[in-house]
Amino acid sequence: MIAADWTALRLSLLLAGAAAALLLPIAVLLGRWLAITNWRGKPVVEAALLLPLLLPPTVVGLALLVGMGPGTLVGRAWAALGGGQLVFSFAGILVASVLVNLPLAVQPAVQGFRSVGDDLRSAAASCGLSPLRAFWRVELPLAWPGLATGAVLAFAHTLGEFGVVLMVGGGIPGETATLSLAIYDRVQAFDLEGAVRLALLLASVSLIAVTLLFLLGRKRD
Amino acid sequence: MIDGLSVTLSQAGPLAVDAAFVVPPGQTLALVGPSGAGKTSLLKAIAGLVPATGRVQIGGALWLDERGAVPAWQRRAGLVMQGGGLFPHLDALGNVMIAQAQRDAAAAQALLAAVQIGGAALRRQPAELSGGEQMRVALARALARDPAVLLLDEPFAAVDRPVRRALAALVAQVRAASAVPMIIVTHDLEDAARIADTCAFIVAGTIVEQGPAAAVLGDPASQLNQWAGS
Repeated sequence: MIAADWTALRLSLLLAGAAAALLLPIAVLLGRWLAITNWRGKPVVEAALLLPLLLPPTVVGLALLVGMGPGTLVGRAWAALGGGQLVFSFAGILVASVLVNLPLAVQPAVQGFRSVGDDLRSAAASCGLSPLRAFWRVELPLAWPGLATGAVLAFAHTLGEFGVVLMVGGGIPGETATLSLAIYDRVQAFDLEGAVRLALLLASVSLIAVTLLFLLGRKRD
Repeated sequence: MIDGLSVTLSQAGPLAVDAAFVVPPGQTLALVGPSGAGKTSLLKAIAGLVPATGRVQIGGALWLDERGAVPAWQRRAGLVMQGGGLFPHLDALGNVMIAQAQRDAAAAQALLAAVQIGGAALRRQPAELSGGEQMRVALARALARDPAVLLLDEPFAAVDRPVRRALAALVAQVRAASAVPMIIVTHDLEDAARIADTCAFIVAGTIVEQGPAAAVLGDPASQLNQWAGS
């Protein structure tokens, strides 16, 4: 492996880790709300949440590229905060990864919070637990397997993310060129051996992450 | 100040309830009626777990009136839910300690000892306990928050006959040791006769008959006995 490959691997791990970490609190809030709300507009939110999985990455990437460009409200707000340009930057592909992986993180969280059930929420209230204490001591521990599943899926999926990262990040070495983009570059350069080596590395890291998740699940059982 | 628990609820759907009764301290009301009659809803309304209209007062504390409702978690109601409603991620001791205002393992162990749960069972999670043991832990948990009223929803429904008898004896013992009013939901007239001082017969959310347990249960012409015989 050459230095650029290590940089790409480090960037991929950083991106996947940061995306999973940012998605966790979002999944907690959104997942719990979707699990308990009876709001009429809920199906629309659920459908919108699935959209990143249904659309081709090029469409999602294009939407984000246009939506986060320097002339847009989001782009200007980011620049005003001292963040510079959002598209073609690490922050840009991080935002894109968070949005694209929302369904993977939130859906298991919804299932987790749904598994708590109204009976146990009632039991917590009748035990004198305030809504906040009931959340910490009853809901969060019971929903945790769902939250962990969502975070690991988002981590593994971000590692392999290609289309959206390419569209929003442009594959700038050291900034947005992740491992999956490095593999593509190797193939383009007819370096199949190098591409296979990086592909095996990517597959191994993903396999380790998901195996850890299953080991965690088995320990709980 | 009212002594004991005073309940006056009158509301249309989605949970139709029409009930008015008083349970003095240390006394037990058996709430009897067919499935779906609204017995559980009535208990939940008293505990503040479902929206309700009316008035619920316990001693000097007003839990519900036309001006508003005290949230469920601030009502000192010791509720034993159908099936126990234990937290599956906590062991027996943890299930009791979570309901304590101040964490006190020794006090929790004493409560569990009183319902004959001790030794290795203290560290077992609900899935590792029998149905009868789960109800015992649920009873200890209901007592752990020093309740002003005890609400028991079909505490003997999910257990077989011998366990049922032992649990009923235990509930009678708890009642004798405690000065709080108690409501027990049951569809078993034997249980009602054994435990209750007063008895109320509820149909479609409405209490249609109530009085001293011996009078209601002993009168062959009572609506309750007519229903039980049909």
